[in-house]
Amino acid sequence: MPVKTYIEAVREGLRDEMARDPSVVVLGEDIGVQGGVFRATDGLLAAFGEERVIDTPLAESAIVGVAIGMGLNDLRPVAEIQFADFIHSALDQLMSEAAKMRYRSNGGWHCPLVVRVPYGAGVHGGLYHSQSVEALLCHTPGLKVVAPATPYDAKGLLVAAIRDDDPVVFLEHKKAYRLARGEVPEGEYTVPIGSAVVRRQGRHLTVISYGLMLHYVLEAAERLGREGVEAEVVDLRTLAPLDEATVLASVRKTGKALIVHEDNLTLGLGAEVAARIAQMGFEDLDAPVTRMAAPDVPAMPYAPPMEEFCLPDAARIEAAMRQLAAY
Amino acid sequence: MQLKEDLSKTDMVHLYRQMHLVRVFEEKCAEAYMLGKIRGFLHLYIGEEAIAVGVAAALQPQDYVVTHYRDHGHALARGLDPRRVMAELYGRATGLSHGKGGSMHLFDVNKNFMGGYAIVGGQLPIATGLALASQYLDEKRVVVAFFGDGALNEGEFHEAMNLASLWKLPVLFFLENNLYGMGTHIDRTYAGGRDVYKAGDHYRVPARHIDGMDVLAVRQATREALERIRHWEGPFLLEALTYRFRGHSMADPVEYRDKTEEARWHARDPIPTFRKYLTETAHISEEQLEQVDVEVEQEVEEAARFADESPEPGPSALWEDISAT
Repeated sequence: MPVKTYIEAVREGLRDEMARDPSVVVLGEDIGVQGGVFRATDGLLAAFGEERVIDTPLAESAIVGVAIGMGLNDLRPVAEIQFADFIHSALDQLMSEAAKMRYRSNGGWHCPLVVRVPYGAGVHGGLYHSQSVEALLCHTPGLKVVAPATPYDAKGLLVAAIRDDDPVVFLEHKKAYRLARGEVPEGEYTVPIGSAVVRRQGRHLTVISYGLMLHYVLEAAERLGREGVEAEVVDLRTLAPLDEATVLASVRKTGKALIVHEDNLTLGLGAEVAARIAQMGFEDLDAPVTRMAAPDVPAMPYAPPMEEFCLPDAARIEAAMRQLAAY
Repeated sequence: MQLKEDLSKTDMVHLYRQMHLVRVFEEKCAEAYMLGKIRGFLHLYIGEEAIAVGVAAALQPQDYVVTHYRDHGHALARGLDPRRVMAELYGRATGLSHGKGGSMHLFDVNKNFMGGYAIVGGQLPIATGLALASQYLDEKRVVVAFFGDGALNEGEFHEAMNLASLWKLPVLFFLENNLYGMGTHIDRTYAGGRDVYKAGDHYRVPARHIDGMDVLAVRQATREALERIRHWEGPFLLEALTYRFRGHSMADPVEYRDKTEEARWHARDPIPTFRKYLTETAHISEEQLEQVDVEVEQEVEEAARFADESPEPGPSALWEDISAT
């Protein structure tokens, strides 16, 4: 099976779906002639023409709003918001309109829409090129939110998202774009939305993560494994709806849970996962549910050491795991 | 008003009927609101009926209508069932959205009525996207996007106008300028002056302003605009000057408007004005119009009865229509 980068997997998923289904149309800033600021849409304009690969003005609210309208009228739009940090002016369209469309119309309309969103820190982007926005989106019923960590999942989940009849926000970690490599089958396959996966079996503690952090968690788990501490690692993959069953089954086995994400701590995804474990897995627990996340500072600082202070890394994750395992 | 040759007497009586239906329906809404049968926020369209009815008369069934929160008039003019509209306002299970939407968010996919939107300006990018898909699918549909003068100052108005013009999309941007964005006069909110339709110039969107109290003028201008749009000449902006006779919502005592200004507009009430035209210029008998009045009143009473007797939604409805799977 060919080994590809995350960004190649995204591009392949887009290209395959566009080739398969003429109702798939992509739009966004610099995605056509330029091929996307991260090159995710490179080559699509040449392959499918400007009717299907639409360069838009810098107008995020209109990009998402127009995509909603396209979806209502039987297309399958894939909109790109160039950086997650720019999505806020489009949140009204996503949260007030897209998320409510099926519900308010009593099932009369639906909105098959994918918004691809490069997100996350670790590239020294500073305040407005580093944000994690998943908590806001997961707090909005009516939106599905996926955050693949591997190239295999990036392609399979993207294809599933495009075929889904409801709005899906597709979070692509921009540091993972070229860092994450893995086997990606040629041809079509899907990874179901709403299903987590156990990436590593273990019996001493469960670590739950997603996106770029998953790779750091796996690295930490390998190191700790050499000391005889076996961590089970759950990759959420879909953040909304949450695959509660996979999380609870793992905690039942290990009795301990650590959630790791790079979004800031307060009311982050870890809070929700921790609450569900506390409520539904209380009797399985041998230790307090713990979280590791970015601190609650207003922005991701630019200076590389300060960015490192903010982001969990493999060494700190390993320390937190060791501490929890010893509890 | 000049006699319109392309309209039969039947067509003209229908225009009158529709305006009267919107008026009587909304008077019934106000009454039901005072009785506590309609709750929450209720925004009446009374005074502006000539616009919804004039535009609806110029549309084809395949065209899309997207509108704002003051949407009862557009819904009824488009032919949505008054019984199901009233039931929605009453929050009943038989309402168009089974009671989930209420007054500001009417929809009916069977009538290509793609919704009232209560985030000011939020409907404009969506209308633009419907038009983009229509162009892509070569459907020859036009999207009519109603908005008020308050939306002029929202960024989404400018984003949508720019895109629709840039991509030559079949959108009729229809500005209902009633001079007040909620309780604040347009002179205090919009720097572009009173020739608001010139907002199109910057985006090279052709535009006209018309009398929004004259149903025939609205219909005619809409027909001409749609004709241009259907020949793929891109979007068009129509500004109709109008006036809402009631407050912004039922809770608004309208203390910010001058009484002589109100009286001047009331004298131009589109319904009696058109009725006078029908009897005096088009030679339609008083008796015929009185018959229409009676039928409309019966229809509205029936709508209210239907809403009143309909069941409220049960708890299971809460979890319906969230996602496909």
